[in-house]
Amino acid sequence: MLVSIYRYNPEVDDAPYMKDYQIDLPAGKDLMVLDVLNLLKAQDPSISYRRSCREGVCGSDGMNMSGKNGLACITPVSEAAKKGKLVLRPLPGLPVVRDLVVDMGQFYKQYEKIRPYLLNDTPVPAIERLQSPEEREKLDGLYECILCACCSTACPSFWWNPDKFVGPSGLLQAYRFLADSRDTATQERLGELDDPFSVFRCHGIMNCVNVCPKGLNPTKAIGNIRTMLLQRAT
Amino acid sequence: MVTQITNFGRSGLYDWMMQRVSAVVLALYTVFIIGYLLMHPDLTFDQWSALFETTWMRIFSLMMLLSIGMHSWIGLWSVSTDYIKPTGIRFFFQALCGLLMFVYIVWGIQVLWGL
Repeated sequence: MLVSIYRYNPEVDDAPYMKDYQIDLPAGKDLMVLDVLNLLKAQDPSISYRRSCREGVCGSDGMNMSGKNGLACITPVSEAAKKGKLVLRPLPGLPVVRDLVVDMGQFYKQYEKIRPYLLNDTPVPAIERLQSPEEREKLDGLYECILCACCSTACPSFWWNPDKFVGPSGLLQAYRFLADSRDTATQERLGELDDPFSVFRCHGIMNCVNVCPKGLNPTKAIGNIRTMLLQRAT
Repeated sequence: MVTQITNFGRSGLYDWMMQRVSAVVLALYTVFIIGYLLMHPDLTFDQWSALFETTWMRIFSLMMLLSIGMHSWIGLWSVSTDYIKPTGIRFFFQALCGLLMFVYIVWGIQVLWGL
């Protein structure tokens, strides 16, 4: 099979380029894209990419496979390859450090901005802050985000304004804390999101939903934030 | 919180709501005009000007004009902040849009009232 990989080593190359590799895949087996990369790395040790858990939990190997963002470790080659060719590029929109490794700084900065931790100004209870099963249920579909950045880097609004638009991943997390019954800073959090960029740069094109490897729905979370902002202001 | 002073209403929520409200007005106006034209296949100038003589039609048309101004300002402001990165050019583009919209609204009022 033909695998085309985005190559760029800023210390050596003037500009990024695509390099083609031929590889024989074992018959009768559908490898994951990460397996193919590992085989290629044995062929050409200079190929760089991030990987860790190799089972879709850590979110390290987010990349663009034949035009669609996803985790290389849980994307079968049969699904990612188009017309017998597999094209691997780094996540779009973020600065490339080397080959398929991107600088996630901007992405984490937006995550940090929404204060992704519980804020509670009531006295600390002796054991724990209790939640009813119904209250806990509200966090389902939100807490599972692994911050792989597949969604935010598939979002044109994030491409054009990565410094101002929080992005689907950050907003999913923002709603996770807005919806948490144990968090008492809801109004303060909403106040920080009521500008024309942080939330409202989302135009609902749902690229994020389309690529999320965990099957989450950031667009729905953003809709819920909008509803909360509306309820607060009308 | 991202500070902005060139958007329509300072708050993202306000812009978002006005964008939707104006869209509803524009949709209603479009449906009405298309419906009116379909119901009057042999439309004469007298019928057309009689329609625009009525107060309710002038109110409806003025609402539509103001909605176009708001809707296009919010939309083009978004486009300019997405795609035009140099501040000077972006501000010039936004100022030009603002001026054009103001001209269209004043001109539209003149046309509507036959001033």
